[in-house]
Amino acid sequence: MIGSHYVYWLTFALMMIGLYVVISHGNLIKKLIGLSLFQVAVFLFYISLGKVDGGTAPIITEGTQTYSHPLPHVLILTAIVVGVATLAVGLALVVRLFESYGSLEEDEILQRDISDRDTTDRDGVAS
Amino acid sequence: MTAFVLVNISLFAILGATALAITRMRALYEATMLTALFSLVTGSLFVLLDAVDVAFTEAAVGVGISTVLLLGVLSLTRSREAVTPRRRRLPAALVVLFTGGTLGYAAQDLPPFGSATTPVRDHPVTETYLYQSQQDMGIPNTVTSVLASYRGLDTLGELVVVFTAGVTVLLLLGPLTRRNRPVKRDLVLADYRVLRVVSGVLMPFILLFALYVLFHGDYGAGGGFQAGVIFASGFVLYGLVFGLDRVQQVLPQRVLWVLIPLGLLLFMGLGVATVLLGGSFLDYDTLRPDDPAAGQRLGILLVETAIGLTVATVMTSVFFSFTGRGASR
Repeated sequence: MIGSHYVYWLTFALMMIGLYVVISHGNLIKKLIGLSLFQVAVFLFYISLGKVDGGTAPIITEGTQTYSHPLPHVLILTAIVVGVATLAVGLALVVRLFESYGSLEEDEILQRDISDRDTTDRDGVAS
Repeated sequence: MTAFVLVNISLFAILGATALAITRMRALYEATMLTALFSLVTGSLFVLLDAVDVAFTEAAVGVGISTVLLLGVLSLTRSREAVTPRRRRLPAALVVLFTGGTLGYAAQDLPPFGSATTPVRDHPVTETYLYQSQQDMGIPNTVTSVLASYRGLDTLGELVVVFTAGVTVLLLLGPLTRRNRPVKRDLVLADYRVLRVVSGVLMPFILLFALYVLFHGDYGAGGGFQAGVIFASGFVLYGLVFGLDRVQQVLPQRVLWVLIPLGLLLFMGLGVATVLLGGSFLDYDTLRPDDPAAGQRLGILLVETAIGLTVATVMTSVFFSFTGRGASR
């Protein structure tokens, strides 16, 4: 059991470290870093499902009979490029948030939002 | 076999230690560099797991482009993280333990690692991808034939996502939303002679290598996605050393804006052309009715070029947006 499933459990451990960073840390850049750790662990899990003992890379050559499955490779190599594209969108949002709030901490940004809302409410009542 | 297991486990141990160090580190520059290390080690694991194309992509993207983007954002914002309060740690740990436990329990139902009789292997599509493809198109790298032909529609969808992300970054940070402040020239890497000369010499070779990766993807690891990222990294290097103004003389923003949708239009146009020629969407057999395999190879080459074009221009334009924001602050 352990000998045949260890790769899956190790990828799950990496995934959980990434997930912990996403949930526990308040810094938005750190959250994005955690998200990419999680993402890479999912990629590893996918690729490990296509591996065959004694196989080689799925590039057909003479004298080789066993190949690992090419489909997970296709899915993951496109996913990596899409991953960096979406990371760029997340980082662009972070830059805009920093420009308007002057902070990258989730708590401080939420606090600013609440205090802004309170002042506008009070102004509304006063007028 | 045991050596394989040992190498696997030690690489995973390095990954785990790196990830734990990233969680504990409050200096974000250091965390970014460790993330690049994490990607590099993952690339080695991908090679061990026979996924050479994926390893290539991870090395180009994870170590190159995403590190540059993260560093660019850190230079625009703050690079030190606040202390994570204890009240945030406990719920996160509980969620992680629960999710991890569930995943670990469910993994018992997975087929053994490396087994030759998994559902993935036994599906009839394996036969098509690995052996039928040699008659259909005669391309040794099956990853390329699956990517560009058998599952071309999938790849078109992914390319649309990359395109959309590129446009979104332009809208969020691009010249249209730029605030006008005096440009400050503080960081001039071109003053270092070694950097200037080496990057000038390297530039043509990087672009040439990208073209090699693009057109050699049929026979070895490589293809449009990797080539696009490498092409972009050439311009990123040039921009980092000589500054945004110089690189935009070579590659003006308006040219980029024309090129970004061009790759996607080429891909979709090819699909429409195959429909007009009487086949189904992205069925390249119809390009050369007398010799379907040659038609397939032609179609795959065009699709890979389209992918490379869009990926390269989106990555370059994203880099321009981030650094342009820095120049105008």
